[in-house]
Amino acid sequence: MTTAAKHKSDRYEIRFSGSGGQGLILAGVMLAEAVGTGDGKNVVQTQSYGPEARGGASRSDVVISEGEIYYPKTMKLDLLLALTQEACDKYYPDLKEGGILVVDSVLVTQVPTKSYFGFPFTRLAREEIGHIMVANVIALGAIAELTGIVSRESIEKVVMKRAPRGTEEKNFKALELGIAVAKKAKKQK
Amino acid sequence: MTNNKQNRARLLQGNEACVQGALYAGLNFFAGYPITPSTEIAEGLSRELPKIGGKFIQMEDEIGSIAAVIGASNAGSKAMTATSGPGFSLMQENIGYAYMTETPCVIVDVQRGGPSTGLPTKISQSDIMQARWGTHGDYTAITLAPSSVKECFEQTVRAFNLSERFRTPVTVLTDEVLGHMREMMIIPEPGELEVRHRIKPDVPADWYKHFELTANFVSPMAAFGEGYRYNVSGLTHDQAGFPTNVAAEIKEKLDKLKLKIERFSDEIVNLRTEMMDDAKIAVISCGTVARAAIQAVKIARENRLKVGAIQPLTLWPFPDAQIRELLANVRKVVVAELNMGQVVHEIRRIVPDHTEVYFLGRYDGEVMPPQQIFEKIKEVK
Amino acid sequence: MATDVQQKSDVTHHYLRAKKKFPNVWCAGCGNGIVMGALIRAIDRLGLDKDGVAVVSGIGCSSRLPVYLDFNTLHTTHGRALAFATGVKFAKPELKVIVITGDGDALAIGGNHFIHACRRNIDITTILINNKIYGMTGGQFSPTTTAGAHATTAPYGNYEKQFDISKLAIAAGASYVARGTVYHVQQLEKLIQGAISKKGFAVVEAVSNCHTYYGRMNREGDAVAMIGWMKDHAMPIQAAVKLPPEKMAGKFVTGLLHETDATEFCEEYRMLVERLAAKEESK
Repeated sequence: MTTAAKHKSDRYEIRFSGSGGQGLILAGVMLAEAVGTGDGKNVVQTQSYGPEARGGASRSDVVISEGEIYYPKTMKLDLLLALTQEACDKYYPDLKEGGILVVDSVLVTQVPTKSYFGFPFTRLAREEIGHIMVANVIALGAIAELTGIVSRESIEKVVMKRAPRGTEEKNFKALELGIAVAKKAKKQK
Repeated sequence: MTNNKQNRARLLQGNEACVQGALYAGLNFFAGYPITPSTEIAEGLSRELPKIGGKFIQMEDEIGSIAAVIGASNAGSKAMTATSGPGFSLMQENIGYAYMTETPCVIVDVQRGGPSTGLPTKISQSDIMQARWGTHGDYTAITLAPSSVKECFEQTVRAFNLSERFRTPVTVLTDEVLGHMREMMIIPEPGELEVRHRIKPDVPADWYKHFELTANFVSPMAAFGEGYRYNVSGLTHDQAGFPTNVAAEIKEKLDKLKLKIERFSDEIVNLRTEMMDDAKIAVISCGTVARAAIQAVKIARENRLKVGAIQPLTLWPFPDAQIRELLANVRKVVVAELNMGQVVHEIRRIVPDHTEVYFLGRYDGEVMPPQQIFEKIKEVK
Repeated sequence: MATDVQQKSDVTHHYLRAKKKFPNVWCAGCGNGIVMGALIRAIDRLGLDKDGVAVVSGIGCSSRLPVYLDFNTLHTTHGRALAFATGVKFAKPELKVIVITGDGDALAIGGNHFIHACRRNIDITTILINNKIYGMTGGQFSPTTTAGAHATTAPYGNYEKQFDISKLAIAAGASYVARGTVYHVQQLEKLIQGAISKKGFAVVEAVSNCHTYYGRMNREGDAVAMIGWMKDHAMPIQAAVKLPPEKMAGKFVTGLLHETDATEFCEEYRMLVERLAAKEESK
């Protein structure tokens, strides 16, 4: 009984959404691994996808809790990351009242609320890091900073471990960049 | 977490946990054919088996895959295949051959929507009856249904143990969500979980009968090449393995297939309960849905409803006696499944007349959320 | 002469489950028994240990053959013998694995496994007894039934085309492809011996007779007449290559038709395992 109450209060649900090929599943897996193996919390990562390897809608959900996680899918999102307009439109209704919406400010132009965080993830990846593929990790850094759900040490370790060989440096820089831009945005709010 | 435990802590997909569980149980032969959403199992074993001298082969279809598995098991291997609905359908004739020839092997079926090609990337629980009745003829099946990544590991180990113990194929039924879901688990150390092996004969070759009728109906099993030179046939056979048309021998054989499992169902049956002690309403479900059901029970309890959950981890043989006992003081039962009604027929078969059974089904490729189950509880209460 | 026959009979009995399984299910005069005799003598000549031989079959008249033999025997489902045999061989490569199959079993329902076993070049000897008909189910046409011939499912004559078994096997990658007949017993025995000795996938087509169905429905006479036809129409490859096409009309070629050396499947896999082990050690 006590675990049930505890579990209800600290269940935290995050969705990474956008289109196939944006690295959203990997971002979800990195967060799950950091929270699970690094911070020792319970975590479930699930995903939904169509038959396409590239293009098409893609999403990766992460449920985090100190207690046991029964229902493995999300019920009401605490945080939604949307890297496409389509994903934002489709999943915004799943965000709980007071939940955090994070969008790519270049790719998502019509945001259904005034209360949100917009970062030009894809542009930052291209211009600051020199590789469009790391937009997902910049977003991951921003989410880590905005939520405080994962320790910095754990997420850094996992990003270095899971990054494709030869891109560790770029991914690490991307993570730090995401943390930095989110820090700045938090101060401005 | 101790350091050692931390080293063994892994974020794994359900499919990856099946791979790890199979290796833990001593798997040394895998044959399979690519099919969504089970393919990660074949991919994982194509990586791992050659490293430990085990055998991996991608066959030309699912019929060939289960055939190769049965051949390998008769040559002494611990063998497995993994598939999804359409492939499971293709395998059925040869799975029947494994029942008839009492060949230990494990089949992992990662369920997806059907019929036919159906929904390759969407969840379903519509193979439950196929796992029990999929092939023609009379036989008794063993089927296990995990609901978490950790259970995928444990139930795969258990599937091997039961297949070796009872000389029979064992099916592990998972699903698309579970197969692809990632969760933390700590890989058990060698020796932490029991690992069983088939019993070998201890008689001279001349006395050996491959299908000898023993006290517990399970015959010791020699492998090809060990000096026993027996015959294996899918034709109904006598104890030596030779085809028979003698009525008494036919009956003896079919009774053996049934009794070797039914008489020992206590060893096989395994279920989990949640808050059943004072429950007036029970939600019965398996696999991924069971997790939604437990969540729904928590919600119901917060709303002061006396609801409990029953989750069979063993689907076949069906836990008749155990569930009947749990339902002794329960008046209403909700059976929740991702299909048009399969487990519900078993529940209707076993409950007393005064128990009301309600069915909650979903078959649109989506997982049943806790709220949907809670609404049903409110409706029937 | 009498002693020779006696010796041959002793050899045969040594490899039969004589007390347990006879009489057999085949019609009097069936070629299956002749193939079984040739197989036994080939194995005897090779001096194989009985415990080290596995004989696998599918469903059909020919597939009943293993049950009479004192080896490790696996009588499986229709068309799937090669897939089962692949499992046996790959799991325990030290076993000599021999598959007994028929034209319907191997080429119709089992056609996919047949071409893929050829492609993998797994060390299995396949003896394909070709009687051009489904005997066990009562005389339906098969993938090798002659065009125009009658069968219970071709009452007006067969309007389908035929597989050429050896061309199919060669094209799919088999290492050893031969054809013999149940008339030319000594040649058949030698071809089987060569096939078992070959490291790789080997196919021996044994042209046989089903006088009960094929012969009766097509007025080709009894067992003696049908086997006599083989005597008159078989042409050894050594002679066939020297003959002009018009002299080959109506004849069929026998002997070793194809032999090549390619890496065998289990061997290839063993090398992979060794490579990975060496890599692990060097870490």
